Amino acid sequence: MPRRIFVTGLGIITGIGKNLAETKDSLLNLRTGIGKILYLDTNLRDEIPVSEVKCSLDECFHLADIPVAEGFSRNTLLGIIAAKQAYKDIRLRGFHGQRTGLISSTTVGGMDRCELFYQDFLTNDSKNIYIDSYDCADSTEKIADILGINDYITTISTACSSSANAIQLGARMIRNGDLDIVVAGGTESLTKFHLNGFNALKILDKNLCKPFDEKRNGINLGEGAAYLVLESEESVTKSGRKVICELIGWGNSCEAFHQTASSPDGIGAYLAMKKAIDMSGLDVNDIDYINAHGTGTDNNDISEGRAIEKVFGTKIPPVSSTKPYTGHTTSAAGATEAIISILCLQEQVIWPNMNFSEPMKELNFVPVRELMTGVKVRNVMSNSFGFGGNDTSLIFSEYKP
Amino acid sequence: MAAFINGIGLISPQKTVETNDFLSEITEYDADFLKCIEPASYKPYIDPIQSRRMSRLIKIGIASAKICLREAECEMPDAIITGTGLGSVEDTERILGSIHLDQPFSNPTPFMQSTYNTISSQIAIQLKCHSYNSTYVHRSFSFESSLQDALLQVAERTAKDILAGGIDEMTNNHLEITRRPGHWKKGKANNLEMLKWDSPGAMAGEGAGYFLLSSERNEKSYACVKDVQTLYKPEGLDEISNRVTRMLSNSGLTLSDIDLVIMGVNGDNRYDHLYHQFAEVLFPSTPLAYYKHLCGEYYTSTGFALWAAANILKRKVFPLILQLNNSHRESIRNILIYNQYQNVNHSLILVTQ
Repeated sequence: MPRRIFVTGLGIITGIGKNLAETKDSLLNLRTGIGKILYLDTNLRDEIPVSEVKCSLDECFHLADIPVAEGFSRNTLLGIIAAKQAYKDIRLRGFHGQRTGLISSTTVGGMDRCELFYQDFLTNDSKNIYIDSYDCADSTEKIADILGINDYITTISTACSSSANAIQLGARMIRNGDLDIVVAGGTESLTKFHLNGFNALKILDKNLCKPFDEKRNGINLGEGAAYLVLESEESVTKSGRKVICELIGWGNSCEAFHQTASSPDGIGAYLAMKKAIDMSGLDVNDIDYINAHGTGTDNNDISEGRAIEKVFGTKIPPVSSTKPYTGHTTSAAGATEAIISILCLQEQVIWPNMNFSEPMKELNFVPVRELMTGVKVRNVMSNSFGFGGNDTSLIFSEYKP
Repeated sequence: MAAFINGIGLISPQKTVETNDFLSEITEYDADFLKCIEPASYKPYIDPIQSRRMSRLIKIGIASAKICLREAECEMPDAIITGTGLGSVEDTERILGSIHLDQPFSNPTPFMQSTYNTISSQIAIQLKCHSYNSTYVHRSFSFESSLQDALLQVAERTAKDILAGGIDEMTNNHLEITRRPGHWKKGKANNLEMLKWDSPGAMAGEGAGYFLLSSERNEKSYACVKDVQTLYKPEGLDEISNRVTRMLSNSGLTLSDIDLVIMGVNGDNRYDHLYHQFAEVLFPSTPLAYYKHLCGEYYTSTGFALWAAANILKRKVFPLILQLNNSHRESIRNILIYNQYQNVNHSLILVTQ
């Protein structure tokens, strides 16, 4: 039997909540985090809605519970906040010689400070402390230092599937016996860099996004960070920590189609879901909910929808995109939505695909319209697809001893 | 779990493409940084219509990946994994240069190419390869993480042929910016005089190295990657030396079985003592080599070191230009690569015959 991978910690901060309890409350009460830009200094503020974490930089330091200091990006602080939440219980229960790793992910890294100070970088020494914080590894190293993790650390960047791939790598390393505990996830702060980039690609909706709707018109970007603690069965036995759920399947595939567009038939999405299901040993009928990537772009939703039809045939389980709540948190989306899917297992609910009204002509299914409560949710699938066709699916399952 | 190197594509500041030469002809630089000697034309590797829109790093990446696959006679790898500390610096700079004006981007291409996973995904697009695809972006662990993922794939038996590489570029702008915190020499330097330098800062470089790692040996195999270890902020030489011993014993080896240690000595007098202590304590009479005078310092420079190790083992020659001491061994069968970046990211790669 391959080693089992248990989830024993969750940490999350997004536009809909600064911790797990607030996130759950917003989800249950259909509260979106998307609205007018309040914190990012951009002249697109009146034009494009986003889902920001409702905190200034100083408030982020406060939430991270570290002294205000130079050299910290918003990206790093969001990561520290979420990773600390996830790791808190691990610390409380102490260690028993387990090898612990941090696998983080981000796409724009410390760009939120770098884009502000770039002219200084070019002309003077006043912001030198931020020069080394612009890359993707800086947030990971600062998080590792604060959590005290040094057995293994690395950073993944596969655009919008980054943190799903971080979770996958963590699971693989535990299964192979390389590590016992892994904190895996990702962090992403909104920046002008990627807001303008997505805007130039003309894939941002100027109103609230409507995934899987015939009249969908693009993405609402979001920001946030989310981390899961993954643990081997042996480690859980030693520590006696409470198991939240089990990660039973994962699949990574590449569209190999276009740098920023998905293929019409969704080959990458199909293969990622198929691999994850095959690994889990489940029948497609055992999947009770799919948390779709569902960005709300013309392209993604056709591609993903067709891939779902191909995998599940006529027995498509409830599907929703929760991006109308959190916005698209890019690198953090995989871990954010993994946690939102895990909440379905914990609460026995299925989140609605908000803002949906008109079915897509191309698809034979419609997403979940209303919050479903009191439903049996045993296995959930979370999809994360990125630029470059980097597609990953994860399957979480209720814990059975 | 080990993997065999069955093909290599290396684009570096030395003449390493479209040649069979192995460091007998050396390129000397008196420059701010060491720049890749690119293929005379990218036509053999990339459709010219496509390559016109690609930035330099992406072309270098695709070309080195294709050279590697051709040498290995592998048409479709089972996984594509890239390590890059900085991704496309050129595209990122294009965006940053205009962002303070807070105007809409006129052209989305630099943004599309600025995401770090562009190289791995562009290689997949070129090959129409739907297999596992990932990108590691952790400073001087980037290439090592790619190798570790590849070895993990072999252990999981999910892939037979894995394309794994490391790639980074330097630009004039980025050099000037990263000179500010003191990473580089203050001005121009001669790369071949590295051992004479006694000043802070390294000489920057760049390069791309892709390796076809396979679970199976064939007649073309260069060498075998046995183990790859990374250490984050180790507490001192003790921790590093424990890791070396454990790593070797896992492969059934002892310190004396190592016939050559290739080290990341880079002429930065703040950190080079770490290498000298490492060698003195662990490998006092073992032949030692260095390589950064040939490719410069960059996050994925261990790709150059692995290329050198693989060629030493396959060709059974140890070029003079790499030699760091006067120790000699009749034959070289086991090589250990040791690199560190600012005493934060330390890595070990064990390569055997």
